[in-house]
Amino acid sequence: MDAKDLHHGHSEHHTGAVITDHVHYQDTEGVIRFEADHGHHDGDRNKKNFIHTYIFSTDHKMIGKQFLITGIIWAIIGGALSNIFRMQLGFPDVPLHFIGTVFGDKWAPGGKMTPDFYNMLITMHGTILVFFVLTAGLSGTFANLLIPLQIGARDMASPVLNMLSYWFFFLAGAVMFTSFFLPSGAAGVSWVFYPPLSAIREAAVGSEAGADFWLISMALFIVSSLLGGLNYITTILNLRTKGMSMSKLPLTIWAILITAILGLLSFPVLLGAAILLIFDRSMGTSFYLDKIYMSGIGAMPHEGGNPILYQHLFWFLGHPEVYIVILPAFGLVSEVLAVNSRKPIFGYRAMILSMLAIAALAFFVWAHHMFVTGLNPFVGSVFVFLTLLIAIPSAIKVFNWITTIWRANIRYTPAMMFSVGFISLFISGGLTGIFLGNSSIDIQLHDTYFIVAHFHIVMGVAAFFGMFAGVYHWFPKMYGRFMNRTIGFIHFWVTFVGSYCIFWPMHYQGMAGVPRRYYSHGAFESFNKFGALSEFITIAAIVVFLVQLLFVFNFLYSMYRGKKVTELNPWKSNTIEWTTPIHPGHGNWDGPLPEVFRGPYDYGKDGEDFIPQTVPMRPGETTHHG
Amino acid sequence: MTTYLVIAALLLIGMLVVQISKANEYINTLRGDDAELDTDRINGILWLIFTVLFLVGIVWSTWYYLPLFLPESASEHGHWIDTMFNITLILTGIVFVLTQIALGYFAWKYHGKKGKLGFYYPENNKLEMIWTIVPAIALTILVVVGLYYWFRITGPASADARVVEIVGKQFNWLVRYPGPDGKLGTSNWKLIDETNAVGIDFNDKTGIDDIMPTELHFEVNKPYLLKIGARDVIHDVGLPHFRIHMDAMPGLPTHFKFTPTITTDEMKKKTDNPNFDYEMCCDYICGKGHSAMKMMVYVDTKEQYQAWLKKQPSFFETAIKGTDAEKKIVASVTEKVSTEKGSDHSNH
Repeated sequence: MDAKDLHHGHSEHHTGAVITDHVHYQDTEGVIRFEADHGHHDGDRNKKNFIHTYIFSTDHKMIGKQFLITGIIWAIIGGALSNIFRMQLGFPDVPLHFIGTVFGDKWAPGGKMTPDFYNMLITMHGTILVFFVLTAGLSGTFANLLIPLQIGARDMASPVLNMLSYWFFFLAGAVMFTSFFLPSGAAGVSWVFYPPLSAIREAAVGSEAGADFWLISMALFIVSSLLGGLNYITTILNLRTKGMSMSKLPLTIWAILITAILGLLSFPVLLGAAILLIFDRSMGTSFYLDKIYMSGIGAMPHEGGNPILYQHLFWFLGHPEVYIVILPAFGLVSEVLAVNSRKPIFGYRAMILSMLAIAALAFFVWAHHMFVTGLNPFVGSVFVFLTLLIAIPSAIKVFNWITTIWRANIRYTPAMMFSVGFISLFISGGLTGIFLGNSSIDIQLHDTYFIVAHFHIVMGVAAFFGMFAGVYHWFPKMYGRFMNRTIGFIHFWVTFVGSYCIFWPMHYQGMAGVPRRYYSHGAFESFNKFGALSEFITIAAIVVFLVQLLFVFNFLYSMYRGKKVTELNPWKSNTIEWTTPIHPGHGNWDGPLPEVFRGPYDYGKDGEDFIPQTVPMRPGETTHHG
Repeated sequence: MTTYLVIAALLLIGMLVVQISKANEYINTLRGDDAELDTDRINGILWLIFTVLFLVGIVWSTWYYLPLFLPESASEHGHWIDTMFNITLILTGIVFVLTQIALGYFAWKYHGKKGKLGFYYPENNKLEMIWTIVPAIALTILVVVGLYYWFRITGPASADARVVEIVGKQFNWLVRYPGPDGKLGTSNWKLIDETNAVGIDFNDKTGIDDIMPTELHFEVNKPYLLKIGARDVIHDVGLPHFRIHMDAMPGLPTHFKFTPTITTDEMKKKTDNPNFDYEMCCDYICGKGHSAMKMMVYVDTKEQYQAWLKKQPSFFETAIKGTDAEKKIVASVTEKVSTEKGSDHSNH
């Protein structure tokens, strides 16, 4: 492989620098006190200070944990919001007095939520889950935790930027959280935030101050995402240890690298869209507005704008965004599958190429969200073609994963369960994308429950499964303890079966034409036939949510009381994060950085269960990749 | 009170699960490798059971909910969309069943066994080529057929298509039919007020006979061209029985052509439901009244349609004539004539 040679020389050059760096670290043990006296050098003295260890930490492992725990908190909030609006859809007559207690009585007079509150819930549910949980919580956690550990680096290229990335995310979250308690509530114009609804304050309660907070929060979030992404890319390209050529990188790192590139190229566009929207909202510009007459205001002065412009800008981020969510899950699942199948991942190079293909295509499919906006039919046809092309690399991935477990010797850990479950979900949700990507079918299914079912299965639940697989698998590396496996299996089966119970029936509603984002389907003869089904979905959603609380309990409990890790490499894994001490300090390896000689997936090779990357190639040993 | 009881019960169940799980972990730790192998075996069996129940459940539930799906398409192009849907369903259905069975079967068959190694099988270019090319062919078929229908659906309307205007506003639909002259008058958003809801420009004589009914009527088997717009925010014309979705946006007119093929009465018989009616809904979130934007839709025979149309007075006659609004319009016309300039803000 050409790329290999190219990058090999490259990495060797840089690992030289890293090794020097390591000497510096070795030295710091003795030099710490000296430096601390001067008080202007950042080294391992951080260990001594609570604030520097746990809050303003520059250790990538701690930042990873910060992202994870913040992500978990947001996931609980976002999940709880979905349970509340599912109550409105499944059991509209049950009074929910706690809404008044928490958010204020005007949102739920007599315990009955208002349509405005419902819109606020669906908006915040989408925003929180897509951005705060599945982008920051997923990428932030595993990029930070795994990049230095799996490529053999002491830390990220810029630890301070990395810390800032977390704190911008935290700030974004704080702004978003505050908006819930504004007199006009949080944003309530759906997470895609289309103007004019989002551009005119008078158009909806959810378009008042809450929308300003939403836009500010997103701007902060984008800063966080860019700082993180730059750092991930730089670190992966420059700080690989000796021998770790690009073709020897674990798929987790490949996935994170591609994700970071996608984010870096697409998030700025959302920032642009958000800034123009802020102008339209607050400064009287007309980027997205034209010929509007609002009841209660009259004809508005805006002229010459275009509401579709926003949609193009939004989906130019928005579509890559779904791959930003799912690609890290691809990586985590591939790694966990190989380790627990005791088999190499099938088609390592095809896995990388398919991710690259998906990432490249991700930038040329955005308008498939806009087939019914009156888009020029020819433009639409180009987007149909490009959209359905993505099914090919996706199919390759699915077949390769299935082949990976073929003739395996599967060790079922909770991580492995979630990985196999991920494949099932990705198949189910991916295939419905073939319906929606074909514009003629989309005319019928657009904005119905069919699309809700599709993206929740393929990117919502599936990405969560990747995240769970990652958490269960790398928990021992994070905390030096195991999570309880029995609770893990219960968590898996209830979540897996429950998620299908929630989202599978939504296809049926979609095929009946039931529109999404409806507060109530009661007004329509055609849509109100699904009462029993809605109740079923709501109950399934609540059960699945409660089981996530069991997971959170398991997470927190195992952190302090879980079974202790007693061996360096509990999963008998090949990747080098398992050569660090059980409780790695800042700098990760006590001694010199490990040198890498082979790819990460030599499982079951030449009669050996596993051959770690640090084991030199034997004379005459053949290699399939790298 | 019940709330607290439910919470207490849930906590109790949670504690029970946790305690049993903890005990189970201790036992497994003591049993060592045997417990590991048992776990692998049990989970393998569960995968098999799940896969069987999943596939059976899908077939059963689809059959069970089939009567609740939309009836046969009531428009010509709707049949094309349904055909496309069915072709896709068959192709993806085959892939779905095969892959889910393979996954469940392998997950059971290859659960961990003592002293066994995984089969070292890192790649096979031929195999990967096959599952690149086969999906590529299948997708090519879907794209070609899909786009054939797409261009037919979005192509230009026939010259004899009757024009109906649909305008979305918070939170109801406004519709406008041309009067006997067969032409919709021009409209201008600046002329919109409480009375003149879509801003018909009465300087344009063709607008005087336009009618604005409160429900939609179509004559069966006649081509229609829906001209779609919105006053305030984005709405979306949803006519599920006719397989139509089209955004309604301020400042950016859209259109959709279609031919209704089944009258309301026929559909009542077909669905065996005397209460059946076509409905138009809003499919894009537009604010607090989003889920209430309903308008009734009727597909009539030629006679029914003519009879209905005859009963509809012009909008000018019912809403404008003899009111202050008329004086305003007359004044503006006079002003326009006197300045002889009147720029045309027509909103086509």
